[in-house]
Amino acid sequence: MALDEELQADPLFAGQSGAAFEWLCRIGDSTLILGHRVSEWCGHAPVLEEDIALANTALDLIGHTQMWLGLAAEVEGQGRSADDLAYRRDAMAFRNIKLVELPKGDMGLTVMRGFLFDAFHFELLTRLTASKSPRVAEIAAKALKEVSYHLERSSDLVVRLGDGSAESHRRMQAALDHLWPYCGEMFWGDAVDDAMDAADIAPHPAELRDAWDAAVQDVLGEATLQRPETRLDVHLGGKTGRHTEHLGYVLAEMQFLPRAYPDASW
Amino acid sequence: MKKQWPLWEIFIRGQHGMNHRHVGSLHAPDAEMAINHARDVYTRRKEGVSIWAVRSTDITASAPSEKGPLFDPAETKVYRHPTFFDIPDDVGHM
Repeated sequence: MALDEELQADPLFAGQSGAAFEWLCRIGDSTLILGHRVSEWCGHAPVLEEDIALANTALDLIGHTQMWLGLAAEVEGQGRSADDLAYRRDAMAFRNIKLVELPKGDMGLTVMRGFLFDAFHFELLTRLTASKSPRVAEIAAKALKEVSYHLERSSDLVVRLGDGSAESHRRMQAALDHLWPYCGEMFWGDAVDDAMDAADIAPHPAELRDAWDAAVQDVLGEATLQRPETRLDVHLGGKTGRHTEHLGYVLAEMQFLPRAYPDASW
Repeated sequence: MKKQWPLWEIFIRGQHGMNHRHVGSLHAPDAEMAINHARDVYTRRKEGVSIWAVRSTDITASAPSEKGPLFDPAETKVYRHPTFFDIPDDVGHM
């Protein structure tokens, strides 16, 4: 009975469960795909210490995914699990932003993408700790500790590499220019976000833009990198299931085992 | 070959430990990154509450060839161990 009462008190489980499911998948899929991209460095990073740090970050993100997609599955109430959502949906059912599915590139691109996402992720989770949904607030509080460190680490590396050698500066600027037009999707919202905003479950993503701008401006300035003049919101669509060609390849690798051996466990 | 980052010795104070203990070494370009790397390499399982990083070149070690003169004289002086006293229970952990 206690559980029923708790569920009724949580606005996540009231009324707009379709929107809540979509919204939870947008976060959970973004952390899942970014986690997978970061994990691709495992055994390949230029130095051992960075290799371990990247693997830690990937595992943190996949840990967040388990919580977000686990909650999404609960909200959906169709008997699916977080694993079902991660491993048994096709690309068009994924709701991650396009930024996270782009190939990992060189260390410059990986570090820059990490930073641009971390700055957003940090703002989002900070706001979510005050969510009217206790379940959302609880996950956000847990994830925020790890993401605070992600942001600290990636900010530090952006400054070091941006304000480093001529070669590292060139690579960081190239990564920034390449990723910039994908960043606007973090702040793009639709009726799903309006519903979450109205229920005080989550802020509309557009509200996070100013804080992100300020944080990014600070670090880029210190890193002697040039903030691109081009628009942020060129590549949208990931949140509604329209992805780049890259996502299919990520899923092919990530989903192969559970799809080929559906009952495999280890 | 490119230049290697300098080596650092890492000391970590555990959850219940009173003092920092040497846990290993790693490479990092400076002290700040040595702490970050130590966090990632040595505290993944919540081992520590505090990290010290020291440049390996700043450590002065005793010479193994001096082992005899340095340590052997203590061998026969069992009375230097404080085991001949009864410690009252009230004192607690020492």
